[in-house]
Amino acid sequence: MPPVLGVAGTVAVWWGGTRVFGIRPLFLPAPPDIVAAFRAQPGYLLREAGATLTVTVAGFALAVVAGLLVAVTLTAWRTMERAALPVLVGLNSVPKVAVSPLLVVWLGFGSRPKIVLVLLICVFPIVVATMAGLTSTPAELGELGRSLSATGWQTYVKLRLPWALPQVFTGLKVAVSLAVIGAVVAEISQPGDGLGAVIVLSGMSFDTPLAFAAIALLALLSTTLFYLVVALERLLVPWSRAISG
Amino acid sequence: MIRLAGVSRTFTSRDGDVEALRDVALEIAESQFVAVVGRSGCGKSTLLRLIAGLLAPTGGAVTIDGAPVSRPRPDVVLMHQLPALLPWRTALGNVMLPVEIRRLPRAEYRARAADLLDAVGLTGFHQRHPYELSGGMQQRVALCRALIQRPRVLLMDEPFSALDALTREELATQLQAMHMSAPATTVFVTHSIPEAVLLADRVVVLSSRPGQVRRVVDVHLPRPRSFGHNAYTAQAAECAAELHELL
Repeated sequence: MPPVLGVAGTVAVWWGGTRVFGIRPLFLPAPPDIVAAFRAQPGYLLREAGATLTVTVAGFALAVVAGLLVAVTLTAWRTMERAALPVLVGLNSVPKVAVSPLLVVWLGFGSRPKIVLVLLICVFPIVVATMAGLTSTPAELGELGRSLSATGWQTYVKLRLPWALPQVFTGLKVAVSLAVIGAVVAEISQPGDGLGAVIVLSGMSFDTPLAFAAIALLALLSTTLFYLVVALERLLVPWSRAISG
Repeated sequence: MIRLAGVSRTFTSRDGDVEALRDVALEIAESQFVAVVGRSGCGKSTLLRLIAGLLAPTGGAVTIDGAPVSRPRPDVVLMHQLPALLPWRTALGNVMLPVEIRRLPRAEYRARAADLLDAVGLTGFHQRHPYELSGGMQQRVALCRALIQRPRVLLMDEPFSALDALTREELATQLQAMHMSAPATTVFVTHSIPEAVLLADRVVVLSSRPGQVRRVVDVHLPRPRSFGHNAYTAQAAECAAELHELL
C-alpha cells in the first residue's frame, strides 16, 4: 500500500502545483494533459515505444552474451586478464554518446548502430560484475574442489559459476537500466524512430505534453525491464538474497 | 598407516620465510583417532593440509600406506572449520557433491547420503537449503559430505570451533559414536582440551612457531566417553591437566 500512496501522492502534488500556480502546459503539463497527449495518438506512441523496446532488448541481449563471454575468457587466463583490463577500462572511459555519429558512419542508418550503442553502454557493468563474481569463490570452496580432485571444468561449472550468479545479476540490473538510456541516447543522436525521436520532434514543435507522454512511456519501459530481471533473479538464484542477508 | 618423517614446511612470503612446521615425526595407526592441539599459528592446519596432499612438505616425507602423498587422494577427506556448503544446493545435494565429482554411482550413494543425514539427526531437513539450517546443522551436513565416500582417513580442521558450546558437545559425542561404529583413521585439530580428551586415542601437542611435536599423550579412557560425570572423571581431569601443562 505505501508504494501506491507514494506514487499517487507525487502525482497529486504535481497536478495541484500546476493548478495552484497556473503553470502553462508548455512548461509543465498536468497529468491529464499527458494522458490526453497519449490518447490523441496511442498507435503512434506505442509503435515508437515498440521500436525503443526492440533496440533496448536486442542491445541488452547482445551485451549479456558478449559480457559473459568476455568475463569468462578473462578470468580463465590470468595473463589475458592483465593484458585486457587496461584496454577495457580505457574503452569504458570513452563517453559512448561520442561514438554515436561514428556508428552511423560505420553501420549506416536504421537500428543496427542503435543496437551497437546500447551494447557498448551496458556491456561493461556485466563484464565487471561477472569477473568479480568469478574471482570471489571462497578459499574453502576452492580447497574443497581441490581435495576432491575436481577437474577444472567441474570446478567451474559446479562451484565458481553458480557462486558468481548473484553478482552477475547485480551487473544485469545496472545494465538493463543503462540499456534504456543507451537506446534513447541513440534515438536522440541518430535519425530514425523510437521514443527518443518523438521527444526530439515534440521539442521542435513545442508539444511538451507529447514529450512528457514519451518520457512516461520510457519510465514504464525501464521499470518493467528492471523488474523482469529481478524476477528472473528470484527464479534462478533464490538463495542469493538469503545469503546476502 | 599415516607416517610423517622429519616433515618441515616453510612458507615464503614477501616479508621473508615463515617456518610453520619443523621436523615433525608422527605415526598414526589404522582407525586410530588422533587429536592435535596447540596454540593458534602452531601449524596445525598446515599439518592437515600436508596429509591431505594439498600442500607439499619442504622437508621430510608424508606417506600413507607407504606411498608418498603428492596430491589429494580419494580415500582421504578434509573437513573445514566452516561448513563450506554450496548455498544453491539442498542438504542432500551438498552431501552428494563428492559423489558427482568423483562420478560414483548416484542411486546407490543417494540412499547412503539420506542414511547419513538421518544418523546425524537431520531427518526431515534433507531438502532444506543451508540458509534454512542453523550453524550446527550446517556442520552436520558438512560431516555427512565428508563421510559419504567412506574415507579411510578423515582430517578435521577445528570442525566445531564456530559452534556454540552445547552444539559442540553434541556433535563431538555424535562423532565419537560414528567413529566407534565405523572407524576411520582420524586426525582432529582442536583448541579444546576437553574435546581432545573425549575423542582421541592419542593427543599430539604442538609447540608454536615453528610447530614441533612437544609430546604425544595417550588417553586411556574406556569408550564411550562423555562430557558429563562418569566413573572416569578423575582420570579425564588428570589427562586434561597434563595437556594444559604442556600448552
